[in-house]
Amino acid sequence: MYTISTSPRIHSDLSIRKTMWDVIIALAPALGIGIYFFGAQALYPVIISIFTAIITEAVISKIRGRKTISNGSAIVTGLLLGMIIPPGVLLWLPAVGAACAIILGKEVFGGLGRNIFNPALIGRAILMASWPTFMTTWLAPQSGLFRRIDAETCATPLAIVKLNLAQGLPSHWNLFIGNIGGCIGETSALALLLGAAYLFIRKRISWHTPLSYIGCVALLSWIFGKNGLFTGDALFSILSGGLILGAFFMATDYVTTPITPRGKIIFGLGAGIIVVLIRLKGGYPEGVAYSILLMNAVSPLIDRWKWTIPRKFGEINA
Amino acid sequence: MINFSFYGGIHPEDSKTGTSAKKILNLRPPKKAIIPLQQHTGAVCEPLVKIGDIVKVGQKIGDTKTFVSAPVHATISGKVIDISPMLHPLETKALSIIIESDEADTWAIEETKRDWKTLKQEEIKHIVREAGVVGLGGAAFPTHVKLSPPENKKIDTYILNGAECEPFLTADHRLMLEYAEQVVIGLKILMKATGVKKGIIGIERNKPDAFRKIADEINKEPDLNIDVISLKVKYPQGAEKQLIKALLKREVPSGELPMDVGAIVSNVGTSFAVYESVVERKPLVERIVTVTGKGVRNPQNLRVRIGTPFSNLIEACGGAKEEAGKIIMGGPMMGIAQYTADVPVIKGTSGILVQTKNEVCDKPEECCIRCGNCASVCPMKILPNVITNSIKNERFEDAKEYGLLDCMECGACAYVCPANIPIVKYIKYGKTRLKK
Repeated sequence: MYTISTSPRIHSDLSIRKTMWDVIIALAPALGIGIYFFGAQALYPVIISIFTAIITEAVISKIRGRKTISNGSAIVTGLLLGMIIPPGVLLWLPAVGAACAIILGKEVFGGLGRNIFNPALIGRAILMASWPTFMTTWLAPQSGLFRRIDAETCATPLAIVKLNLAQGLPSHWNLFIGNIGGCIGETSALALLLGAAYLFIRKRISWHTPLSYIGCVALLSWIFGKNGLFTGDALFSILSGGLILGAFFMATDYVTTPITPRGKIIFGLGAGIIVVLIRLKGGYPEGVAYSILLMNAVSPLIDRWKWTIPRKFGEINA
Repeated sequence: MINFSFYGGIHPEDSKTGTSAKKILNLRPPKKAIIPLQQHTGAVCEPLVKIGDIVKVGQKIGDTKTFVSAPVHATISGKVIDISPMLHPLETKALSIIIESDEADTWAIEETKRDWKTLKQEEIKHIVREAGVVGLGGAAFPTHVKLSPPENKKIDTYILNGAECEPFLTADHRLMLEYAEQVVIGLKILMKATGVKKGIIGIERNKPDAFRKIADEINKEPDLNIDVISLKVKYPQGAEKQLIKALLKREVPSGELPMDVGAIVSNVGTSFAVYESVVERKPLVERIVTVTGKGVRNPQNLRVRIGTPFSNLIEACGGAKEEAGKIIMGGPMMGIAQYTADVPVIKGTSGILVQTKNEVCDKPEECCIRCGNCASVCPMKILPNVITNSIKNERFEDAKEYGLLDCMECGACAYVCPANIPIVKYIKYGKTRLKK
């Protein structure tokens, strides 16, 4: 007797695990640069966050009687969360954040594939709401792996703008390479773009969301500049804050964003508008995390909108 | 160079080298032939013989008056020993005529060749029907039906499908290489029968030798209006609608047929069968089958009598290895798995693929992560994951809305799915439930 099953009988070597590991590889340069500028203090939250995420997922899988498939998604969530937490933060914070990310961001919905919101951003949102002071104390960049605990702090570029601080703004070059205050995921545009390029080459992400998202933020920031219409610094708005990380690594998350090209563009534009609104009118200096979370919430609706569904082969438009 | 291709598709390893250089071998007629009365799309035949009758090769033994159907013929000479339901590669069991060989292999046909040029259109169609010719690409649609489009459909192009995009299969490749002349004559006959002036033969680029052979054949007659076009190697290039899109840049509307855009598509194997029936007076009693895969010792291209059990073919190829775990009729992408090798070769058997136990796909199904890979490879540009979700939730009307019925089950989506979701399985289930 031979095994029977439906076609096809061959499979590409694609797997969720490989996809997740590609994301991890793509985030590695940013992590490396973060450690270079902020020392080991930037690494601890990441390690704690990843570790907690893995343990939490394992425990929940056990409780739910599910066979644990170590597909690497917990590592991605932990890593992303670790990268959007200020370096040098108290170390129980990433632990709480990662546990919340896995439990409230993912598992309550039924696990990977069923979650509505980006788990890492849920973790960050909870930390932000619960311990805002800790979450907004930023270390100034300073090289050297082991730095003094009482290292000086500084404000993020966006906070400088928001609060009209006397401090001067960093140059575009420093913004680009990441020699600025902030969490490691939002500092080095260069390293993040390297990672994003890897994801593009591996065809893991498409251009639709990042381009529409970043383009929308750049355009609106330029139009609604501080000194009147069409005076904004578009490049500054792209390089400061978490826009690059958000656009390439979070707004492209498969599970929580629309599936069609048109849907992705709507997602990007919507998120872009929200970012600029928060930055200009909101109470927070940065709005990338909330913009993605809010758009996550409407993604199922976008997917249902007939206009976003591509034209089928042989479909005649009535 | 124009890229003759279509949207989506995948590039699986083509695995054809095992048999593509091997000449077609004739397999000895079996001692016992099992001839199902249904080997085609359409009405089932009724037996024309009784148990105990003596039959010759090529003698018609089953037929029906229904238009969409094709008669079946005795493929060995000998005695009818039984007419009963037997195992069938596509159905669980189907009424079949079992013939026991007299080892003499006497034929019931005239030996003289027929001059096809003097035949009228209706005569050709009649000969093709009586010979039981059906589409040999796999679907087994009766050819005479294809040759009789309604009056109001203007057909301008006859396409021969030599893409053979299924991995592993090389039967069409070898046929074009060894019988290029006959294949081209077959196309000329088909064009005459339909009154079509323009012919195109599409061949994937991974068969340059076959392409050259066919091109040489066509160039012998300078005023012949037949083109041979080299197609991009991509699965499913040989799917009818995708082939028409690639060659003619025409899109068959959803739910309609190639003739609605002025084209008829036949497999190169069908063209050869038409040549044999019209010129050599030979009904469709044998076909070329690629026996291949890691589970078989010595893969071959065999010319076999229809009704020969799969086990005979595998035996002729050195037998199945011990670790053989799966037998598939057809290629790995769209073939039908068999639980036994006792089933007979039917008209639509283009290949027998024997996979080893290690090759059998049994990766656990995970939850869809909505990566969209399925949609990006779907040649019909539908959203397989959305359809699958609708079907899982028993929302069959929604699935239809998203294009369930446009799906041709090529399996490209399931091939690339990182969550190993058996999308084709859900789609097949959805289609059956929708019918109810």
